[in-house]
Amino acid sequence: MPERARGTVLVAGATSAIARAVAAELARRGHALVLAARDAGEAEAVAADLRVRHGISARAVAFDALDFASHVAFAERVIADEGDSLAGVVVALGWMGDGDASKHDADEARRTIDVNLTAVVSLLTPLADHLETRRAGFICVVSSVAGDRGRQSNYVYGAAKGGLSVYLQGLRNRLHPAGVRVVTVKPGFVDTRMTFGRGRFLVASPARVARGIVRAIDRGADVVYLPGFWRPVMLAIRAVPERIFKRLKL
Amino acid sequence: MIPSRTERLSGWGRYPVAECRVYRPEKVSELAEVIASPADGGVIARGLGRAYGDAALNEGGAVVSHLRLDRMLAWDDAAGVLECEGGVALGDVADALLPRGWFLPVVPGTRHVTVGGAIAADVHGKNHHRDGTFGRWVDEISLLTPGLGPLRCSRDAEPDAFRATLGGMGLTGAIVRAKLRLMRVESAFVAVDTLPLRDLDDALGRFADADAHRYSVAWIDALAAGKALGRGVLMQADHAPSSAVPGDPFARPKRGARRLPFGLPAGALNRVTVGVFNRLYRAAHRARTGALEPLERWMWPLDAVADWNRMYGRRGFVQYQLVVPPDRTDALRAILERAARSGQASFLAVLKRFGPAGEGLLSFPMEGWTLALDFPAAPAVIAMLREMDRIVADAGGRVYLAKDAVMDAATFAAMYPAADAFRAVRRELDPAGVLTSSLARRVGLA
Repeated sequence: MPERARGTVLVAGATSAIARAVAAELARRGHALVLAARDAGEAEAVAADLRVRHGISARAVAFDALDFASHVAFAERVIADEGDSLAGVVVALGWMGDGDASKHDADEARRTIDVNLTAVVSLLTPLADHLETRRAGFICVVSSVAGDRGRQSNYVYGAAKGGLSVYLQGLRNRLHPAGVRVVTVKPGFVDTRMTFGRGRFLVASPARVARGIVRAIDRGADVVYLPGFWRPVMLAIRAVPERIFKRLKL
Repeated sequence: MIPSRTERLSGWGRYPVAECRVYRPEKVSELAEVIASPADGGVIARGLGRAYGDAALNEGGAVVSHLRLDRMLAWDDAAGVLECEGGVALGDVADALLPRGWFLPVVPGTRHVTVGGAIAADVHGKNHHRDGTFGRWVDEISLLTPGLGPLRCSRDAEPDAFRATLGGMGLTGAIVRAKLRLMRVESAFVAVDTLPLRDLDDALGRFADADAHRYSVAWIDALAAGKALGRGVLMQADHAPSSAVPGDPFARPKRGARRLPFGLPAGALNRVTVGVFNRLYRAAHRARTGALEPLERWMWPLDAVADWNRMYGRRGFVQYQLVVPPDRTDALRAILERAARSGQASFLAVLKRFGPAGEGLLSFPMEGWTLALDFPAAPAVIAMLREMDRIVADAGGRVYLAKDAVMDAATFAAMYPAADAFRAVRRELDPAGVLTSSLARRVGLA
């Protein structure tokens, strides 16, 4: 049972395994939730689950990341519906597809950039303005360690996530004076559909990553690697000189 | 197609092991994709992997994990009806609803069983004599069938599919959702009576009185032979009323299971070690009445050791659960004698009296005596189990498919007379035989 009702959090991309786990963690703490996803039926199943398990209020809304024209109206509707109870936004939109396809198929490459970067920027623009005006709230976005350095295996995805991380840096810089926290989450491999069957080791459970995400929101972290060991790993990977890195098979 | 990976899987007994392609859909539409476009070698649903043998294995084919399809979809607190997806664990239902005064009327010996698995095996608990099987409390099942697509079945709509799905080992369709009736409880505790049993006659006699309690089960020392055959401990329990509980009636014990850090070497469980354990166990269970125990610890004692299935070492073990009609205690005695004589240490032997059979075509429970034993998966044991199969079949009894790893098609046909009726339903729901498992092929169901 929730200790007390807390503000509403909008979760975009709510049917992904990470988003579901974050939503569950927020529900456990008594937050009300608006769950946005393209597949509204799935989002409603997730919302119903959180209502039953945690006794909180949760509702599903349809949101298509690639229908950019709809984003401002979508954000305005959520802002109008939730008013001052909107405590923050969690964005967990992501699309990896097949890394090889995005190297050779321009449409696939663009889709990768569009879902991971363009859609997030497009959705956050009106929401950031609103929170800045209200001078309260948080924006927490799931980026990726893949954005820290381009590698031959998935550089289009990495480019999108890298662009996203830079965007969030700027947004954090801008919103800091307004007291709006911007949290960049960089998960390593997580046990989701994206990594399933790809022979990755060191996969973390979505629940573990979600606990880290909510902790990061609580303490107002700027950039958090999850699980934490990815911070030194990525530090090392970024430190390799390009003239050596380009010869590596990573 | 959604991603898959190849894994070497086994049931909870770690025997047998099969190489299967694993799918793990995160949305119902992805599950539908797997069912609709059958990969080579067919597919079987898999939950938390607590079936002991090969029920959720499909050597050379695929298994589809339901673990990410675990949403609770609706809860009616007035009627006590939960609608949820097949991948929800029974323990999660307890976590969500026990604090609100509701519990599942029938649970097996572990919280780590999914709703879909509980329906597919039509599991029973320590209260079968009063409350029947899990299926009795299921009002409706939504299946994804290869032949007819999505199908809702209940006692009124598609009753044949419903009866075939209860205990149908996942062979009628993927269990997407189900509606379950829960029961009100006044506390998260049970009041337990413990009674030592001298021998088998004592045990059988005591079960007549045990019917007065909701839960009753006997632990038997399977090494005891001769005059001591059937020596053990009878445990009976009822839900404690709130007035009997000092303090918060819904206070729950901290969970946190101990883990077995490594598999024991094969042979670590032998006559001597198990004999010592059994003596200690009996000593620890002196006669007592009305002892308050947390409901979950009483229901799910083995969950306190997270990996207890590793106790038999690498080769794994087989769990053998049988039921024989009420008047065939001679068969029961013969099985216990055979087990005691084998020198194969059975760590756990559990005896209980079943009430009348339920509605599932392939459900295991029928009126009579049920005994569960486990043995290391050694060649001599397999041969012994085949002997036991014959004793059970001759007595008009049967062996539990959710635990079995050994029986052959002829034995199955003798034990499960409704198998033909089941196959007839299956011809409609899955005409191409998309749903199949190592178990289904072994016993001739698919």
